[in-house]
Amino acid sequence: MKTDDASVVVHGLCRRFGRRWALSHVNLDLPQGAGVVVTGGNGSGKSTLLRCLATALRAHAGTMTMGGKAMWTHREQLRPHIGYMAHQNHLWMDLSAHENLSAWAGLGGQTVDAPALLEQVGLNAGRRDAVRTFSAGMKRRLAVARMLLRTPRLLLLDEPFSGLDAAGRTDVAKLFAALRAEGTTLVVATHLPQAVVTMVDRCVTLEEGRITSDEPFSGLSA
Amino acid sequence: MSDFAQIIAIAKRELYLEIRNRGRWAGLFFFAFAVLLMVAFAAPSTSVLRANAGGVLWIGLLLASTRSLDQSYAVEMEDGALEGMVLWPVRPWSLYYGKALSNTLTLLAVAFALLPLVIGICDVSVRGSLSDVVLFTALGCAGLAAPGTLYGLITAKARGSSVLLPLLYFPLVVPVILSAARGTTLVFEGDPMGQSGSWLGLLWAFNALHWSLSGLLYGRIAEDA
Repeated sequence: MKTDDASVVVHGLCRRFGRRWALSHVNLDLPQGAGVVVTGGNGSGKSTLLRCLATALRAHAGTMTMGGKAMWTHREQLRPHIGYMAHQNHLWMDLSAHENLSAWAGLGGQTVDAPALLEQVGLNAGRRDAVRTFSAGMKRRLAVARMLLRTPRLLLLDEPFSGLDAAGRTDVAKLFAALRAEGTTLVVATHLPQAVVTMVDRCVTLEEGRITSDEPFSGLSA
Repeated sequence: MSDFAQIIAIAKRELYLEIRNRGRWAGLFFFAFAVLLMVAFAAPSTSVLRANAGGVLWIGLLLASTRSLDQSYAVEMEDGALEGMVLWPVRPWSLYYGKALSNTLTLLAVAFALLPLVIGICDVSVRGSLSDVVLFTALGCAGLAAPGTLYGLITAKARGSSVLLPLLYFPLVVPVILSAARGTTLVFEGDPMGQSGSWLGLLWAFNALHWSLSGLLYGRIAEDA
């Protein structure tokens, strides 16, 4: 894939779990560098949409393309360009923050300046302690640091602020806004749209798996 | 990054987790040792125990391997690290071979710690060559780890994994247990008829089949989309 073309087009996306349709005929156009917040109540399909875009879930109908390539078919080729921060933090609980970052970097054949990265996400205390001993907010900060190991072209963030305090939300929003300024497409699913004002300029609302509105977002009405 | 480098990175991280959490490894060893002691006490005579020393070792290792595989996936599933690896630029077969290599080495460590105890408790001497002991142990552990790593993933994704794993895994590894136990006993008692070659052949064939097939299937099961 050409990394300068990371526009995503979703057409008629459907996904069900058992007999319940979590997503139904979702159409979404994400030009490269777009910043979109996905809102909606519990069970509206926000996480499912992000999981489909992350190629963690296969769609039951419809198409998704990235840079013109079918995302599921070319998933191995596209995954290096997609970053996905899920509800879970994707961390090893028995390793320290430093070791987690080194392990993730090692899997991609990278080296990492872990102390600098941890400093960047405001995780100064307990770097050498097992992640198991961390608070929910500290784990989330570490998950953000893991996201910053790579510079994906499409970044999917599912409730990135869960467990974070007000200062943490501001810090994390700044980091992701900076990534978007570099050309990364951001899709954020959150119940706290006010926290993403600096990161996005478009709001998509889902209800029962369908998009009910897709409009510019300034944060004033959220 | 080459596939080989990725496999080594995954295996290193797994082994580091094992070393970091020594209690897990010690738990495996004492579990296998407890099985060894129970079988030894239940044996009606020393001669019966001596004749079945290889079997005693491999029963202990088989049961310890289910715990080892269960633990190996528990740490990956706890906070979604496995999903993270599937979505990270990690090739599925690298993930499989890294984990399988680490599971083999963990089992080998337990096996080599257990061997002197089996020799002592069962009162056997090693009449065959030491290299044969190493070969049967290494191939046996690899034979347990190859399908175990795949089936461990299947059951970790299902509910009640600790119950399901032995149900799926035990019938599959019967050829490994048979050949490794028989081969180890032949190494202990001596092999005047030259039978160990055919048991080794079975172990090689089992390993070749499962190390290749499981590597191909692992990615599909890990994605489970």
